[in-house]
Amino acid sequence: MSVYQRNMSLTGEPPKALSKPEKIASAIGMLGLFILVLAFFNIHLPGAGYWLTASLILIFGGVIAFAKAQYGHKQGGIKNDGVWFKDLSSRGFWGWILAIFLTSFYIVLYFFPATLGQASDGAANSGLIGLFDPLSYLLKGKPASQWFVYGTLYTVAILSFGIKFIWKYRHNSYEVIRTGSVMFFQTAFAFFIPEIMAGLNATKDLPYYDLKNVWPLNYYLFDQWNIDQLLANGSLGLTMLLFGIASIFVITPILTYKYGKRWYCSWVCGCGGLAETAGDAFRQLSDKSTKAWNIERWLIHTVLVFAVISTVGVIHSYLGNDGTYWLTATSFLIGTAVFLTVLFALIWIFKRDELQQDAKYGAIGFLMIILAFIAIHFMAGTESLFFFKHYTVRSTYGFLIGSIFSGVIGTGFYPILGNRAWCRFGCPMAAILGMQQRLFSKFRITTNGGQCISCGNCSTYCEMGIDVRSYAQKGENIIRSSCVGCGICSAVCPRGVLKLENGPLEGRINSEAVLLGQDPDLMELLSSKK
Amino acid sequence: MDHIVIIGNGIAGVTAARHIRKLSDNRITIISAESEFFFSRTALMYVYMRHMKFEHTQPYENDFWAKNRIELVHDYVHTVETAAKKVHLNSGRDIVYDKLILATGSIPNKFGWPGQDLEGVQGLVSKQDLEQLEITAPNNKVCKRAVIIGGGLIGVELAEMMASRQIPVTFLIREKGFWSGVLPRSNADLISKHVRSHHIDLREEEEMAEIIPDDSGNVKAIITKNGETIPCDFVGLCAGVTPQISFLENSGIELQRGILVDRYLETSVKNVYAIGDCAQQREPVGERKPIEAVWYTGRMMGEVLAQTLCGNPTTWNPGHWFNSAKFFDIEYQTYGWVWSTPKEGHAHFNWEHEDGVRAVTVEYDIATRKFIGINTFGIRMKHEIFDQWLTEEKTVDEVMKNLKKACFNPEFFDRPFKEILKNFRSTQHATA
Repeated sequence: MSVYQRNMSLTGEPPKALSKPEKIASAIGMLGLFILVLAFFNIHLPGAGYWLTASLILIFGGVIAFAKAQYGHKQGGIKNDGVWFKDLSSRGFWGWILAIFLTSFYIVLYFFPATLGQASDGAANSGLIGLFDPLSYLLKGKPASQWFVYGTLYTVAILSFGIKFIWKYRHNSYEVIRTGSVMFFQTAFAFFIPEIMAGLNATKDLPYYDLKNVWPLNYYLFDQWNIDQLLANGSLGLTMLLFGIASIFVITPILTYKYGKRWYCSWVCGCGGLAETAGDAFRQLSDKSTKAWNIERWLIHTVLVFAVISTVGVIHSYLGNDGTYWLTATSFLIGTAVFLTVLFALIWIFKRDELQQDAKYGAIGFLMIILAFIAIHFMAGTESLFFFKHYTVRSTYGFLIGSIFSGVIGTGFYPILGNRAWCRFGCPMAAILGMQQRLFSKFRITTNGGQCISCGNCSTYCEMGIDVRSYAQKGENIIRSSCVGCGICSAVCPRGVLKLENGPLEGRINSEAVLLGQDPDLMELLSSKK
Repeated sequence: MDHIVIIGNGIAGVTAARHIRKLSDNRITIISAESEFFFSRTALMYVYMRHMKFEHTQPYENDFWAKNRIELVHDYVHTVETAAKKVHLNSGRDIVYDKLILATGSIPNKFGWPGQDLEGVQGLVSKQDLEQLEITAPNNKVCKRAVIIGGGLIGVELAEMMASRQIPVTFLIREKGFWSGVLPRSNADLISKHVRSHHIDLREEEEMAEIIPDDSGNVKAIITKNGETIPCDFVGLCAGVTPQISFLENSGIELQRGILVDRYLETSVKNVYAIGDCAQQREPVGERKPIEAVWYTGRMMGEVLAQTLCGNPTTWNPGHWFNSAKFFDIEYQTYGWVWSTPKEGHAHFNWEHEDGVRAVTVEYDIATRKFIGINTFGIRMKHEIFDQWLTEEKTVDEVMKNLKKACFNPEFFDRPFKEILKNFRSTQHATA
């Protein structure tokens, strides 16, 4: 890269070249990827198990070696030197190349699995998926699928880049423990447990179930096939279903109340896990403008409403009133309408003052839309919604949100939109947790008196695009529904201004705060006039 | 409605403007030759190190100023005519004011070194300094070695900046230890050791005698007072700053090192005020120096002056001293006063962790046990709690016992306060 960049208001120097150890590490990782590419092009690799093992070890080893080359010789501390020099992390040429590669991968994965070698009608897998068969047989005694390939690579990415992240932030216990947590939940809950359980219950066909994947992020939890398969597995399946329901209605509100949405988004969630580890190099690319914030608020809540409508429609369509299921369609619809109305009323009565004007309009509008849909279901019977069959609504949701938004855009565009575009603009689970965090939680980021120097490191490195500085330089607590509590703002602050805390509700929102350091009488005056 | 004109869009001038807007409908104009929009000067280092782009250092979106009816003029003021209440700009334009706020900040000190105006010699204060730095020291091929003069906050920042581009640095400090006019010796040594661990060639008790040019007028080397020649392509002048006031010489405003102001921050000329780095207090407040080139002071003076200009005359009467900095990987905070050597009747207690990056030093009155101040390194402390303890005049024993309550470290961080307390108690018994 010899192009002399002058793309900043201040002149720049050419993008940093990789050091020799970094080049070697990259080559090792690339070699691992190359084996996958060979398999993809159906090059016959005798002894697939060995090739797969070699490939995964090389990829893993390459990432670790790269981390060592980058951080091994440095002391504990912030390692952001040259972030905006590097082509890959500043939307340069290689950033775009990576984005195109990742989006292509997702499109093939979701829509053209046959290209990856996914067999149909009982034939043997070939190509890339065939390469993963030995591992799949080892774990569950069945051939691999495109999702098994994806799950394996996903886990390898979180583990290897997780180690890299820990190396980078080894001086910061919060980051080390948090990253250990996402690595554990991915490996155990999203990978080994469901795969092994699927193997143990081969006869009854227990669905793959990642227990930490909560509805509405797991939008197919209440699909008929999923419910039927779970129920077919007796008390184990029923327990898993009940756990799924309890997750969103009981466990989530309690944990979010105590710790904020971070307990999920940056400690447990798989999407968050990938964003925090493999996506860490792109966190500074999130858009911090007020405009982006406005788009975020409307978009993410629209997705949530879409998720609710689609789920209600699907459940309603198969429940019926003939007693096949314990719950009837009618009581389900009435129950849902009552639940949502009561929830809305409670928020309106107790928390109205904390909502901004457009949030109020949004809340009323969205409630009306959901109730209108429920009313239409009620009158129109079970088969369709306007002209669309329920499963069409559901599959549209799956296509637009589940595949395009969370996968192709959300992850594929890491190098362009930042690593949390899906979590910020699209995730319906994040929307629910965000509401709880904003209105019913002890979590906040506190600022330290008058110590802020408005440098902007916190805002720059906020992956959720929160303008953290705008609060810190006024001495206000940061209480934003989108904050996933990754802790990086606090880590990069050079003056020790920010701290993630769970504390009393009283005084949590302190928009009348003033900066410390002044004559006490004047501070009182400033505070009262704000 | 007054027309309030502010010269300088640093933290002092901008804070004044924002607060005046909150309190009044006065017309506000900010004049700056340095940058179109306000940016955080303290973040310039992060732009060079490319943690951030320049636009990230701007705390407000660009439409903020128009929205708040704050007019921005990107021009240089060459003279102020106080009799006619006019400022004259380089563009030829004159601006008439009712009230004038001088918030022009500082420029690097130059002590008459031979060669101090050569190409490649500069300080690091303004946006232009950063732009120049990108030309003189873009990488370690153009700049094979940098020499930095002056063991203070800007010097160590500049050293960190250079190190981020693998430019070898020789760092000359006149005193026996880093920033030892301010830091107690043990703290100074801790920082010196840390700076050295980042491969900086730090030399204490070493001064620059002169700078040697090459044939085209660029820096070629420096010669130290001990007679050593150090070849280099860049010399960073970081031996403090001085108020930027030369354009006021014939304005009739009384000047000394800075612009002299009374406790209302008003200069010798009515309706002309000075705040921030450029202001010099006729009567310094408490233990504070008459000129404080500190971000927080600029910000607080802006808040105070806005009150005065909006009908609530308020004197400059800041609260307890506090400050912070970062030396490579070590964060530093201070609350109250810790002098480099204890004041008469005072003593220091010093604790240092074996990891070499964490330390605490407190100053207290021996007779009354009153807590005077604290320096912390690698441990974050709560401003609010120390402010309260200083107001309540807590004893050092109470403070040491309750240090944990003031800790602002992130969750799960090690909190070594038991060890500190044990250490403290043992030294107290020994001296009792």
